Amino acid sequence: MTPEDVRLLSPEIALVGLALLVILLDLVVKQKGLLGLLAAIGLLVPLGLSIWLWMDVADQPDHRLVGIFGTLVVDRFALFFKFLVLGVAALVVLASSDYARHVREHRGEYYGLLLFSATGMMLLAATEELIAIYVALELTTLPLIALAAFLKTSRSSESGLKFLVLSAVSSALLLYGIALVYGFTGSTFLSDIARQAAFLTEAGEIFGGSSALLLGVVLIIAGFGFKISAAPFHMWVPDVYEGAPTPVTAYLSVASKAAGFAVLLRVLYGGFEVFQLDWQILLAVMAAASMTIGNLVAIAQTSVKRLLAYSTIAHAGYLLVGLAAIAPTTADGDTSGPSSVLYYLGAYAATNLAAFFAVMAIANKVGSDQISDFAGISRRAPLLAFALALSLVALIGVPPTGIFIAKLYIFGSALESGLLWLVVVGVANTVVSAYYYLRVVRTMYLEPPTSEGAVPTSASFKLALGVSALGVLVFGFLPGPLLRLVELSAGTLGATVVEYVGLLPIG
Amino acid sequence: MEFNGLLTATVFLPLAGAIVIAALLRSGGKVHLFATLVLLADLVLSGLVLSLYDRGGAERFQIIDRFNWFGEGAIIGSASFTASYHLAVDGLSAPLVLLTGLLGLAAVLASWSIQTRVKEYFVWLLVLQTAVMGVFAAQDFLLFFLFWELELVPMYMLISIWGTGRKEYSAMKFLVFTILGGAFMLVGIIAVALTSNLATFDMTQLSLMGISSSSVVPVGLIFWFFVAAFAIKLPVWPVHTWLPDAHTDAPTAVSIMLAGVLLKMGGYGLIRVCVGMFPELEHAQTYAWVLAVLAVVGVLYGAIVTLRQTDLKRLIAYSSVSHMGLVLLGVAVGVGGGTLFGSDSENVAGLALAGASMQMFTHGTITGLLFLLVGLVYEKAHTRYIPDLGGLAGRMPLIACGFLIAGLASLGLPGLSGFVAEVMVFLGSFKAFAWPTALAAFGIVIAAGYILWMLERVLFGPRKERFDLITDASILEAAPAVMLTASIVVIGVYPSLLTDYFGAGIAHLSQVSDLVSAGK
Repeated sequence: MTPEDVRLLSPEIALVGLALLVILLDLVVKQKGLLGLLAAIGLLVPLGLSIWLWMDVADQPDHRLVGIFGTLVVDRFALFFKFLVLGVAALVVLASSDYARHVREHRGEYYGLLLFSATGMMLLAATEELIAIYVALELTTLPLIALAAFLKTSRSSESGLKFLVLSAVSSALLLYGIALVYGFTGSTFLSDIARQAAFLTEAGEIFGGSSALLLGVVLIIAGFGFKISAAPFHMWVPDVYEGAPTPVTAYLSVASKAAGFAVLLRVLYGGFEVFQLDWQILLAVMAAASMTIGNLVAIAQTSVKRLLAYSTIAHAGYLLVGLAAIAPTTADGDTSGPSSVLYYLGAYAATNLAAFFAVMAIANKVGSDQISDFAGISRRAPLLAFALALSLVALIGVPPTGIFIAKLYIFGSALESGLLWLVVVGVANTVVSAYYYLRVVRTMYLEPPTSEGAVPTSASFKLALGVSALGVLVFGFLPGPLLRLVELSAGTLGATVVEYVGLLPIG
Repeated sequence: MEFNGLLTATVFLPLAGAIVIAALLRSGGKVHLFATLVLLADLVLSGLVLSLYDRGGAERFQIIDRFNWFGEGAIIGSASFTASYHLAVDGLSAPLVLLTGLLGLAAVLASWSIQTRVKEYFVWLLVLQTAVMGVFAAQDFLLFFLFWELELVPMYMLISIWGTGRKEYSAMKFLVFTILGGAFMLVGIIAVALTSNLATFDMTQLSLMGISSSSVVPVGLIFWFFVAAFAIKLPVWPVHTWLPDAHTDAPTAVSIMLAGVLLKMGGYGLIRVCVGMFPELEHAQTYAWVLAVLAVVGVLYGAIVTLRQTDLKRLIAYSSVSHMGLVLLGVAVGVGGGTLFGSDSENVAGLALAGASMQMFTHGTITGLLFLLVGLVYEKAHTRYIPDLGGLAGRMPLIACGFLIAGLASLGLPGLSGFVAEVMVFLGSFKAFAWPTALAAFGIVIAAGYILWMLERVLFGPRKERFDLITDASILEAAPAVMLTASIVVIGVYPSLLTDYFGAGIAHLSQVSDLVSAGK
């Protein structure tokens, strides 16, 4: 590693250092509440380093820096996800302060694992090499599995075990896909793969070569399909989400999903752009299935956490619509699909976090996450109820909230790509989703409370909830800054694919 | 950037009032008074809007508030668009703004008897007022959509908390239908904004340029997306089923708002967007016929079903379906435009559209009055079941008098406002759709039947014994009724008060070649 490599990796190094520090301090510090505070404040260091890199990247000729033998890529796309992951991690750490009472003993490990997982997510978006992607993926997932089982109750352990098994299966699929791709292109670097794939497709030299490659792409998509919880790879989601500690569920549903989309965008646009007509239809079908299954099954749920789990499956579907929108729409051949996905991820992160945080506090007080137990909560905790109602209404995609602008953006991109049918499916699903989101709102506001007593929350929780609820509205009322940010970030996505000149056959 | 401020004040005053109530006031009698004062001030402002609108002026859109909202260079798809905060009125929307002010005040006056969760009730009522005002004043599609959807939450809460009967079912049904319509509209808005030679959300520019080509979705399809959205709201048969339920179970004030102004959002959208923005529509003639047939089915079906109703509110709700069919008939003529008429000299589409607009205004006041009075009857007699009522006129002369005037206006008695609107629609549509118009006119005959029969069963005949001690409306209760009755009579006697505005608004719609100054 050269000093330059260290500089490029500095946000991740700082994050790992912070995680280790928190775990070590847990041994000596008596006041455990300080640990969360330290973790939250400590996150400012990697954030600062990321901002520093952002400034640096802007001066580069092709807006990217490459390190560690080409495996680490620092461009605006990667940095956007660093910001997103760090932001989400900070909010989850802050919001965990009330919940951490349940994990009295290993609180240092709790925060440490969260931060390790965040490191993996940041790396996922910052690499263009398949082996590195796999390693980053495991770094993301393994801490999350431990966190899912953290409560040591039977539900929580079941959740962890299910997560473990399903992650192993998806990793296997992914590895098999990677192996196929490597076998037929001779490289694990996405830019080489892109060149080779283009060559194979054009020359048609190896019989069935591109078909086998295509199978590799399908397997890779399936592997990531688990991570982003898209149908038909969504079966694990409700059980894991229900059993895991609620802050972990919030983290899973937002950060883990965002990282999954980041790497999917990287791989599909960076490595397999030549096959885009093939994977477009695949993703479009997955999108339609996720939206429809997620929304329809959510209607029947009685637990708020399960309801939100199915809702995240549906939102994976909306996001996939943006991935399937591949038509070049600007003069320089850029597509608006990826930037719409980034916008959606940003708005969705704020909204879903606000929803989960509010659910966490309320469920903590009433001792259950059944919808019927949320009855009349608007009387007992008006602000919490309002935050939950706001975020649920925002999840429908009603203006003036962030997800409305995001949906406008995503559906617009899809329409330009000629996916009218998919947009109609998406919009129809929006209508269906209104029913179950509002059912929760109705229970909170219309039904008489079953018991009395306010819902006390700590200051750091209030801060986390307030920031995410503010995000819901800001991304809706003033979408300008985030729109510019995602356009800058997604603009660097296609840069990996250099001209298809000087093609070399294998061997 | 232009900023007049009047429309912004008119639209957002109720919202400001709602925030004050939510944050500062304690539950109690003061809330009623405060909300009433806010909506009274809002009525004054909306009257000011109408009177400041210069209908002879060269500028179509006036009293403009506009500044850039977001999207300096932001890209959605290939279209580099800017969304703006843009409020303005033209001859079409200015009277509807006044109508909203009028009915908002009537609704809040009809709410003085609300006792449960008083604060919340008035907060939602005021938010609703802002949403509806915003729909009529917004001239940017995103802003329009924002207000359109904003209206959902207060309506849902108002019906499901303060309603009667199967209130939660009705509220949810209303919500699902409206969101479905909104979804259609959203696709239409995106498709329009993506079309490269338009690439804007600005409704005034779109009206000017017209949507005649589209890069992503066929123009005809966009047209039908918008029609679907507005037809659900109007409502058009066969997507009217939410209306009787919502009306029956809503509290009185909400019924007034729903019948009075919310349905008009649909009619307004049809005229503003479907007629005003699609100048070179292919197959316009066929589309117009489809709409005309739907309109006539709505008029007749609504009228026939009304005959069989035994619940007073349901009766008026179904009569609304019938009356809104006439609005759609006028819109159908407007959609067909010149293609429906043999020569330009015969083109009276403008008259039909002005008639449709008049019908919206008059139906708003008439049905608002009817719901107000039904609410009073229900409060005093504790039933809306028609066979249980009877002979109320002797004990409540004021209410009976109002009922009589509203009923007669509803069935189209000359000299009252309903007549003017209906005649204008029929005159305008007869040349284009002779048979449908004749059939629709038959709906008016049925209307005479159900209105008179209803009046007879409720007000006259032998008085039931248990109504011997029933009391008439107090002055406070009668005040909104008097206000609405006055507007019905004044417009009936002197219709050009309004037709001048509507005529001026319609004359600007691109499709209407014959610049009819309606009503002359």
